[in-house]
Amino acid sequence: MTLIEMHGVSKFFAVGDERVAALRDIDLAIERNEYVAIVGSSGSGKSTLMNIIGCLDQPSQGRYRLNGQDVQSLSENALAGIRNREVGFVFQSFNLLSRATALRNVMQPLVYRGLGFDERRRAAAAALERVGLADRTEHLPNQLSGGQRQRVAIARALVTSPSIMLADEPTGNLDAYSTRQVMGLFDELHGLGQTVVVVTHEADIAAHCGRVVELVDGRVQCARSA
Amino acid sequence: METSRASPASSASAAQTPTRTPGGAFTFVESLRSAWESLRGRALRSFLSTLGIAIGIVAVTMVVALMQGVQDSTFAEFEGIGGTGLTVTSYTSYEVALANTASRLTPQDYDLVTNHVDGIASMTPVLTAPGQWAEVRNGPQVAPVTLFGTTHTYQEANSAYVGEGRFISFSDDQRRRRVAVLGHEAARLLGLSDGAIGQYIDAGGEWLQVIGVMEPRGIFGPSQDRYVLLPYNTLYAMHGAEADLDIAIRLTIVEGEELDTVRGRIERLLRRAHGIKPGEDDDFMVQSPEELGDVFETIGNVVTAGLVGIVSISLIVGGIGIMNIMLVSVTERTREIGILKAIGATRRQILLQFLTEAIALSLLGGVAGVATSYALCALISALMPNFSVAVPLWAVGLAVGFTTATGIGFGIMPASKAANLHPIEALRYE
Repeated sequence: MTLIEMHGVSKFFAVGDERVAALRDIDLAIERNEYVAIVGSSGSGKSTLMNIIGCLDQPSQGRYRLNGQDVQSLSENALAGIRNREVGFVFQSFNLLSRATALRNVMQPLVYRGLGFDERRRAAAAALERVGLADRTEHLPNQLSGGQRQRVAIARALVTSPSIMLADEPTGNLDAYSTRQVMGLFDELHGLGQTVVVVTHEADIAAHCGRVVELVDGRVQCARSA
Repeated sequence: METSRASPASSASAAQTPTRTPGGAFTFVESLRSAWESLRGRALRSFLSTLGIAIGIVAVTMVVALMQGVQDSTFAEFEGIGGTGLTVTSYTSYEVALANTASRLTPQDYDLVTNHVDGIASMTPVLTAPGQWAEVRNGPQVAPVTLFGTTHTYQEANSAYVGEGRFISFSDDQRRRRVAVLGHEAARLLGLSDGAIGQYIDAGGEWLQVIGVMEPRGIFGPSQDRYVLLPYNTLYAMHGAEADLDIAIRLTIVEGEELDTVRGRIERLLRRAHGIKPGEDDDFMVQSPEELGDVFETIGNVVTAGLVGIVSISLIVGGIGIMNIMLVSVTERTREIGILKAIGATRRQILLQFLTEAIALSLLGGVAGVATSYALCALISALMPNFSVAVPLWAVGLAVGFTTATGIGFGIMPASKAANLHPIEALRYE
């Protein structure tokens, strides 16, 4: 079943008087349980593409269906709901709530689902255990190493059972050891049926994925199987 | 096909729980929770920004409490006159004052009322000596005081009682004895706080023996107690030659008589005595204590309203303080807002979270302010036994309502600023 379907998606930004195209006429389909890398040099439009896939932004043109829903016409509130249900974000800079413990960070997305406190805590504790941080639940982000922080972020992404996990340069701020751990976790999740999309510019990260989509100047240059 | 596979996060997930749209009550509780955590995490800053509101609430509630206390004490004084009493005073209208003269009630008027009005049970004249101040001496000690001439019924008529020694008696007045009862502050100024009874004081060349010292009145401060009471006829004899004596008369009415009937008799008598033609205004006033009380209450209410209006400005200042701190907070937490939006917070949820924080800040200030006011009132009441102040319940309700409104009014702008942040830009914010 096709999870992501894009037809002729373009995205324009106004820079002064000029209209700059960040994405031009993208056609892309990602199936359930695919493991896809989106690669490209900086400025190639891969972050914009990720933002659109993750419903943080909307295409200027074209059609985009996520898990069977047309999202290009949805209101901001509806998009927030889709982000909550369908998408799990993992960012390069972790983006954890700095004043909240690991557990509270992982609990947070479930607030927007209307889950009660105890239910949230149970689910978040299980997600942290799943990423190997059962003994770090009460730590604040600044008491954790980079690799641990990223694993908290992964726990936060998977606690809602999203249909797609979107990682933007997830290892960009990590050392080699943590990189192996984090990528190992993605491999594992993919092995269990999770759809994973990783945006990266590193070839050895892309090598983990089953398919590589390369962007050049806002266009899909080639889509090859690794 | 994948449906048969276990969800990767099934052990950890909420997938089995049907997705609910968070209801209003749920969102509210969660907003309270996050507001509490956020305020606790910035305890010092939160404390400081609530201070403005707290001070404003203290100012407003204390003004109300103090004014209420003053009104109550004044009212208690009028109640002392009794429900069947009347007060007759001179009344100088604006036109008369312009002509640089003043209306007066003379000793002759007093005699007229005494002798020709039926239905009066008791009369208490209060004769004020001419001039604003009289100088009274005790050896080298000089005190500027007001001299009043009155009779033995003064104590009941004014609810003011002698604290030491005795009051002016009927025979003191009849025999024009040269005796004086000192106001509490007058005694102090004359160096007669102790052992005043039996001493002689010099009032404009007349020697008076001190027979008593009054209890302090106190609510308007010691200046209210800077007076010396003489027998009415003594003071009249001292100033008999002078023309401009003015008397206030307090009288009570015989049981069974109508207040208004007696009032009518007095008014007719005095109008005739003063030669006031029909259609002209009285140059005197006959008032019942209720009317006097009403006048004071009206004045008190106007003053209270004015003062509350002025000190309310401090509440607005407090509100601006909260708005300021919330704006700082929104800017500081831009990235946090981006994160929350990325993981699914709607505009409404962000708005509510920040609005709740602003309301909580404001309300905490309000509660602290009310608590402080209660403590201050208890302190004042303890220090001034004659004066009881209390924060009225309606002022508490108003304070809570007002602080909530302040939180909403000054919190809505920062909160909607937060809610309207674009998630991508918020996430990029450094």
